[in-house]
Amino acid sequence: MDLSYGPEYETFREEVRDFIAVNRHLAPKNAGRAARPSNEGVAWQKLLIEHGYTARTIPREYGGFGAEPDILKSRIIAEEFARAGVPGGLANQGISMLVPTLLELGTEEQKRRWIEPTLAGDVVWCQGYSEPGSGSDLASLKTSARVEGGDFVVNGQKIWTSTAKEADMIFCLVRTEGDAAKHQGISYLIFPMTTPGIEVRPLRTMTGHAEFNETFFTDVRVPVDQIVGQRGQGWFVANATLGHERGMLGDPDALENRLLALIELMKVEQVGGARVIDLPALRDRLVALQAEVAAMKYNGMRILSNQIKGEPGGMAKLIVKLQACELAHQISALAIDALGELGILYNGSAHERANGSWQWNYMFQLGLIIGGGTAQIQKNIISERGLNMPREPRLDLPKGPSAQGGQ
Amino acid sequence: MDFGLSQEQQMLAESVTRLLRELSPLDHVRQVAEAGSAVSAQSQAALAELGLPGLVVPEAHGGLGMGLLDATVVATALGEAVAPVPFAARNVMAPLALIAAGSEAQQAQWLPRIAAGEVRFGVGVNEQVSRRDGSGVRCTGGALTGTALFVLDCEEADHFMIADEAGRLHIVSAQADGLELIALKTIDATRSVGELRLASTPAEALADDGGAAARRLIAAGRILLAADSLGAADAMIAQAVAYAGQREQFGRVIGSFQAVKHMCAEMAAKNEPCRSLVWYAAHAFDAVPAEAELVACHAKSHTGEVGRFVARTATEVHGGMGFTDLLGLHYWFKRIGFDRQVLGGPETVREEAAILQGWTARGV
Repeated sequence: MDLSYGPEYETFREEVRDFIAVNRHLAPKNAGRAARPSNEGVAWQKLLIEHGYTARTIPREYGGFGAEPDILKSRIIAEEFARAGVPGGLANQGISMLVPTLLELGTEEQKRRWIEPTLAGDVVWCQGYSEPGSGSDLASLKTSARVEGGDFVVNGQKIWTSTAKEADMIFCLVRTEGDAAKHQGISYLIFPMTTPGIEVRPLRTMTGHAEFNETFFTDVRVPVDQIVGQRGQGWFVANATLGHERGMLGDPDALENRLLALIELMKVEQVGGARVIDLPALRDRLVALQAEVAAMKYNGMRILSNQIKGEPGGMAKLIVKLQACELAHQISALAIDALGELGILYNGSAHERANGSWQWNYMFQLGLIIGGGTAQIQKNIISERGLNMPREPRLDLPKGPSAQGGQ
Repeated sequence: MDFGLSQEQQMLAESVTRLLRELSPLDHVRQVAEAGSAVSAQSQAALAELGLPGLVVPEAHGGLGMGLLDATVVATALGEAVAPVPFAARNVMAPLALIAAGSEAQQAQWLPRIAAGEVRFGVGVNEQVSRRDGSGVRCTGGALTGTALFVLDCEEADHFMIADEAGRLHIVSAQADGLELIALKTIDATRSVGELRLASTPAEALADDGGAAARRLIAAGRILLAADSLGAADAMIAQAVAYAGQREQFGRVIGSFQAVKHMCAEMAAKNEPCRSLVWYAAHAFDAVPAEAELVACHAKSHTGEVGRFVARTATEVHGGMGFTDLLGLHYWFKRIGFDRQVLGGPETVREEAAILQGWTARGV
């Protein structure tokens, strides 16, 4: 056990701290959840790329910083920005999912055309994967694309397209090979959201806001070269990046920050003249969550250490999405209970705390437990890949040893 | 940067596991327990060959000079095997007490004999955590009077390390005047705990340090109990998965039903982060003293909760068989139950964690 990063890395940490101290006044305020970064946000993103604090390992010719992969340096950057409370690089679906996909499987022309403006925040993407009838069983998707006069002609409907209203482009899974087995008939297309025939309808959720959309395609024409990978290979192209999304949903720094905010809340809020943290039942729950957050933090350090050694993440990694999303939800739940009756105030009510964000988080985090691979799908993955338990017999695939795919 | 066990630590764990797999299969554990003992002579002797009695004793005093993280990997291996072998108190807490609060002369007198297995300690510090049934030990004029409950590793002990009500530690001989040891019968047949009644019993005091050494012992004990619980939970998950892979109902192995798979996944998902928490707690004990007590509380309370969940869920995966004595799964269930309660159950320990952080002024 050696938790020091070593002198080379401590020097690097000092550099990052100095950069933050000197430049933090340039960071966008309220970066929040806006899909399209403000001008300030784009300028900040470009400054971060220039210094290698985001897009660090993406080659220079594609608009990145071009550093060798160094897991510890990436970790130090994340730690220092989180500690300073300054927004780090953009982490939208274009950057976290499309860019790695293009780097791995895109043509040279696609890489040159799309990666740089995506990294810079100039081009915003949305993801067209889920459909009303295809959630956990994503490979059953029905949005079709037939070839006609050099174009794919796309018809169908996507759901949970979170940034569809703001997005310039979509990366979209469509069925191009109607006769092929379900995992072999899908292609991965990229096209502008301004293409005729696309309609975006906001999808209001339980939070009262429309964090997502439904996106409808009616005879949307996409030139046949706007495909990533080969026809019929879309499932494998998409799977190359699904892991990135799960990684995004289990950040231990985010959990720690939520917990610190909860501790602060419980020290500040008073009921009947006593601090909430002085109420034994609530305090007990707080310490229990603190222990769980600590466990996830050290679990994250173990994963990091395995990555450095080039070892597989194993069970420690498989459980992150399930545990971290649940824990985040529990933190918000305790905050609401700590607020008692005030916990139900919302929508800018008198006496509301933190702009109603504890309630919003409590509800939205339930969405995150379901999205990105439901808790139940996560448990299938943990039991099948982590514990080597047998799969549920499947009715949707031809019988035989090759009846794989899906999850 | 390396968060995890060193190769030496992995080898140590594997040695203990291999040895117990050979010498202490469940049949043997059962035999020892049914004979009314919590000590397997053959396992104890073989583990002594590996140097466990002197594991944390400094090399200058004839030990291996290892840290609590090393002891933790041993505890996990012992829990995994539900081994009836005294370890946490006898081989770790007692020498740590002497290292923390023994004079040079005391260290020179006791540590080499502990390392050689010539003296066998039981440890009674539970009154520092919770006093029940009027327990508590007073020190007057160098003699101890009162009752210490849940004295750990008391079977075959020839000496005891006892905390008085001020938290000062004392060494008492099992042969001393006015000492009576009553074995307590617990659910867990693989560990021995006792009630020590003392009436003006002569004792040798360690340094008067305001209870610092006792608190350190308790932190170490909690981490070791957490590690033991982790290992026992690992074993229960492995047995549940194996059983679900063999047992057939409705024409399928039950492990192919999602209802059963999800129970197993939940156990693994809750248990796996405990491993990193326990390792870090032990590391903090060795190297980050400012954090040690708090993380020990977290490790103890969290593994206590997860252990209870795993113990009942793994039993349920086994269906009716899990409930029988035949299968013996209950040895792990009870070991986890012991680990949870001793040196403070989750609520007690969480309250201490709150006090350590200044979140509440109330004393224990």
